[in-house]
Amino acid sequence: MDIQLSNINHSYDKFEVLRDINLDIPTGKIICIVGPSGCGKSTLLRLIGGLEQPTSGQVLQLGNAPAGCLNPLTYIFQDFALLPWRTVQGNISLVLEDHGIRGAELQKIIDDVLARTKLTDFANALPKQLSGGMKQRVAIARALAVKPAVMLMDEPLSALDSQTRELLMDDLVSLWSRTPFTAVYVTHNLAEAVRLGHSIVVLSRRPGEIREIVKVDKPLSERKHGDTDLEAQQKYLWDLMRDEARAADAELLNV
Amino acid sequence: MSDLKNTRPVKFRGGGFAPTSRRWVGFVVFAVLIALAEIGTQTGFITALTLPKPSDVLQTFIDLYNSGLLFTHAVPSLTRLAVGSAMGISVGIMVGVMIGLFSYVRAGLVPLVAAIFPIPKIALLPLFVIWFGIDEGSKYALIALGTFTPTVVATYGAVDNVDRTLIRMGQSFGLSWMSIVRKIVLPGAMPGILSGLRISLAIGIILLVAAEMLGAEHGIGAYILEAGSLYDLERLFAGVVMLSVLGVVVSMAIGVVERRVLRWRS
Ligand SMILES: Nc1ncnc2c1ncn2[C@@H]1O[C@H](COP(=O)(O)OP(=O)(O)OP(=O)(O)O)[C@@H](O)[C@H]1O
Ligand SMILES: [Mg+2]
Repeated sequence: MDIQLSNINHSYDKFEVLRDINLDIPTGKIICIVGPSGCGKSTLLRLIGGLEQPTSGQVLQLGNAPAGCLNPLTYIFQDFALLPWRTVQGNISLVLEDHGIRGAELQKIIDDVLARTKLTDFANALPKQLSGGMKQRVAIARALAVKPAVMLMDEPLSALDSQTRELLMDDLVSLWSRTPFTAVYVTHNLAEAVRLGHSIVVLSRRPGEIREIVKVDKPLSERKHGDTDLEAQQKYLWDLMRDEARAADAELLNV
Repeated sequence: MSDLKNTRPVKFRGGGFAPTSRRWVGFVVFAVLIALAEIGTQTGFITALTLPKPSDVLQTFIDLYNSGLLFTHAVPSLTRLAVGSAMGISVGIMVGVMIGLFSYVRAGLVPLVAAIFPIPKIALLPLFVIWFGIDEGSKYALIALGTFTPTVVATYGAVDNVDRTLIRMGQSFGLSWMSIVRKIVLPGAMPGILSGLRISLAIGIILLVAAEMLGAEHGIGAYILEAGSLYDLERLFAGVVMLSVLGVVVSMAIGVVERRVLRWRS
């Protein structure tokens, strides 16, 4: 199942946020979206997931979601969005209960996703007992539980410290290597973009337009922290963005 | 910087603002106040006309218990409070949640609630007597209305305060509207609803006594009124003690429920 964005424009009242976005999201690839602060990245992600409707243009789903997929477009949020009154297990069962999954089948899915995210020992912990990195792994487990066709991730690692971020990036890479998933990954961190993205969409400052789509050809599993070719690409991205980011920063002061 | 003579530990200034459980302090406060009153009345420093001896009040209480009159008065009062506040609180929570969820309900009912809230409900008792009869009906209605408004206000405030990102999360996973309300909105609003209950029930007790003073044969309020009109301070205070005990018990019961339901917060 591919996603296609055609001629998306979006404004809040008279406030233009996104302009003329055309983008293909092919199955099994991770698309990173980078751009200066306030350029409309989160808005774009909400449009893709159907949480908001574009002012004009369409988000198209090409083909059907694979069999067994419970929630084709699934988010992973920057602030985890775990229910504090439910245990790790309960947070995962929350999104399955509505699909009529009960009893042994429910437990089987929960055990499986907890094992994949290395959380088996924490099944009965409450979110407040977990570290930030673990909370985000719970959110990832919850997303995996509904077998999404496309994962929509809005700065999933930016609330975490840099070591935890490295570890979670490794986790995401190994998850992808075992079963490739489709993802749209919004970030402001260019190092994350070159580590995880098959292609990187660079947006201009608001109103966000696509400036360039940069492909990263190296296979995910071969990318390492501090690779020189990745660093070269990261520098290239930064050169693309620097002036935009500076201008965007100055603009926010005048609002 | 390395001035050795001026070396001293950094002053600790991070204390307080973190309520912890210190239940015995409450008992100590009660005990000290009662002990002071006892000493004062025994020594004659406080005259018998100013304040009855706590020990005499206790004796009155024991007599009341032995004669069975305690239950004659307490049982109808407790029933009125339970029935009236159960009605007011359950309808209040429902209406509060509706106001929190639907803009039209909010626009229509918030002004109405604001208009009802400041009316001293006891002033409406004659009206309720006409509507619901002189017996229990009017008292239930009075307590129900009195607990209803604060419950509504606390509930919709609590629903407004539920983290929007959690609701977005529920929608993004395709949960049904009902599931979002039941599994995200209600538990998220629970802390606010429970602290609203404390206020609602205290108002319920006040109205209970007022209603019983205005027309009831039995009940704590009727008992206090009778004692008061005879200037029988011991019995008056015995009645007041019953009310205070009722207040403390209600507050403790809510505390127990809070600890149960809100275990995830501590
Ligand atoms: N619901 C809304 N109503 C009005 N304006 C909005 C709304 N949501 C976002 N905006 C505005 O749209 C612009 C883009 O917001 P968005 O959150 O998509 O940016 P972003 O690229 O994700 O920024 P950041 O890097 O800070 O996360 C911002 O200027 C923001 O103020
Ligand atoms: Mg954003």
